Amino acid sequence: MKVLVGVKRVIDAYVKVRVRGDGTGVETDNVKMSMNPFCEIAVEEAVRLKEAGTASELVAVSCGPAANQETLRTALAVGCDRAILVQHDGALEPLAVAKILAALVERESPRLVLLGKQAVDNDFNSTTQILAARLGWSQGCFTSSLEVEGDKLLVAREVDAGIEKRSLSLPSVVSADLRLNTPRYASLPNIMKARSKPLETITATDLLSESDLAPRLEILKVEEPPARKAGVKVQSVEELVAKLKDEAEVL
Amino acid sequence: MRVLVLADHDGESLKPATLSAVAAAGKFAATCDLLVMGGESSRAVADLAARVMGVAKVRLVCAESWQHASAEAAAPFVAELAADYDAVLAPVGSFAKNLLPRVAALLDVQPITEVLEIVAADTFVRPLYAGNALATVRSRDAKKLLTVRATSFEAVASEGGSATLEEVASQAGQAGESDLSSWTADEVSKSERPELTNARIVISGGRGMQSGEHFALLESVADKLGAAVGASRAAVDAGYVPNEYQVGQTGKVVAPDLYIAVGISGAIQHLAGMKDSKVIAAINNDPDAPIFQVADYGLVADLFEALPALSKALDP
Ligand SMILES: Cc1cc2nc3c(=O)[nH]c(=O)nc-3n(C[C@H](O)[C@H](O)[C@H](O)COP(=O)(O)OP(=O)(O)OC[C@H]3O[C@@H](n4cnc5c(N)ncnc54)[C@H](O)[C@@H]3O)c2cc1C
Ligand SMILES: Nc1ncnc2c1ncn2[C@@H]1O[C@H](COP(=O)(O)O)[C@@H](O)[C@H]1O
Repeated sequence: MKVLVGVKRVIDAYVKVRVRGDGTGVETDNVKMSMNPFCEIAVEEAVRLKEAGTASELVAVSCGPAANQETLRTALAVGCDRAILVQHDGALEPLAVAKILAALVERESPRLVLLGKQAVDNDFNSTTQILAARLGWSQGCFTSSLEVEGDKLLVAREVDAGIEKRSLSLPSVVSADLRLNTPRYASLPNIMKARSKPLETITATDLLSESDLAPRLEILKVEEPPARKAGVKVQSVEELVAKLKDEAEVL
Repeated sequence: MRVLVLADHDGESLKPATLSAVAAAGKFAATCDLLVMGGESSRAVADLAARVMGVAKVRLVCAESWQHASAEAAAPFVAELAADYDAVLAPVGSFAKNLLPRVAALLDVQPITEVLEIVAADTFVRPLYAGNALATVRSRDAKKLLTVRATSFEAVASEGGSATLEEVASQAGQAGESDLSSWTADEVSKSERPELTNARIVISGGRGMQSGEHFALLESVADKLGAAVGASRAAVDAGYVPNEYQVGQTGKVVAPDLYIAVGISGAIQHLAGMKDSKVIAAINNDPDAPIFQVADYGLVADLFEALPALSKALDP
């Protein structure tokens, strides 16, 4: 079974982002970039499927600027077999990314597409659902476990009330939640080996028209959220309870 | 403008977040229609829905096969209904996160998720980077598909309305299940405590709790306060409590009157889920823990001493 994995390059999840003074976005100059944490989980799951003999070939895909090659090399170092950069320098929304991935699915014919639950930059949580709809495939969103059984995929999904288990028919698009697995680190020899694995670059406009790629949302401004004002330290549990009762009036 | 709201419900009653989504719909038009989809018991939900203020018409899909409807089956159906509407809204939650983008895809619309504010009929505010930036976006799509954060829209009254009720069947007549996806089981832990996203007081524990057993200390305080219990990701990952307790960027977003963080450091991903609480109190033995930067009241203490003391102090 061939597996396609979507990986996005984002500002590192542990960097404190700064909104640009001119309100056009957030500061990206000299900021540490990493693979989106949920994509790391998706890649790890793909590698485990291959190690278990369930997956045959793992193809990592990233859509965006040339710098995304770095993210793809990381995916190769962890165990993907080859990588495709779909180069595009402008903004890409989930709808456009899903259209690109759908075009690649047509070309590559995978049985499973693994994505992250959400990209921690735009927090859309939509690409998996849109891609599955466009392909007419089943979707396993927010999965915390996944098992291939013949032509079925058994998933556990993290939902508001707890866990929902479903049986999906393959082919399928699945999004990884935090507890699907714990991603491994790439070893130095594997990082070296990844340098010689195939990384193909195609331009997004080879796959889709400009109008399919164009953002539907115009960003009018980006601002900092209102800051909370600093509070006080209390000295004891009794003082805490008294403040919550008499000052904050919440007890 | 004509607006359709997708009701989030549990088969017995509407989730309170649905009332917030109806309130958000009120920013587009005076009234909206509310779509209730579910198994046989959803007829009772529809009766409740018909009393919600601001709802003109309840549209009901009620059949056994919709008890555990999949997004795969529901999306084409909702997309078909959407032809009559300019906007489709649903409250943020796993139901809408799963379904609404799939509907949007079928309509070739870019969904706008986690909306915090409706500025105009085509202009919305939504968070980026775990809420560390707020973007104002204008949608060029003819139809708007949004998920809205319940914590940002004051719920409409659940009583006082008198909507008409219409049972709808799709042209395709499809069932709530399809070959693509079938439900096999739910694993939910039943609790007598209030639901996390709707509680007036939330008390959450983090890695500092050290074990699932120690959460009994929190629960004792929660029960005296009528509070819901939440957790950080670290506490869930460590298996102290189930996943539905997680508060944060990728868990639940809460904004209670009082949020008490115990043994939680205050990572940005956690703050994303609770920093809009009216009052925040924190108990942590590290005076430099970032949680104190957002806490109105901070207590530097060992939680294993502070929690029993707090429980005692709350005795009448
Ligand atoms: C993609 C992504 C998504 C994430 N989503 C979420 C999310 O939705 N929600 C979330 O919470 N996190 C999320 N995280 C994780 C987040 O970054 C932090 O790792 C997590 O919130 C830390 O949990 P914690 O505060 O319980 O643990 P820690 O950071 O380890 O803090 C434990 C705290 O307990 C205190 N403590 C220890 N012992 C005691 C004691 N005896 N008495 C008092 N205090 C004590 C310590 O001083 C410390 O401050 C996410 C991370 C990523 C990368
Ligand atoms: N530019 C991109 N390139 C590759 N994969 C992407 C891209 N954007 C989103 N994805 C995939 O879709 C997932 C969800 O992203 P989103 O819907 O934007 O929150 C990510 O975790 C990735 O797996």
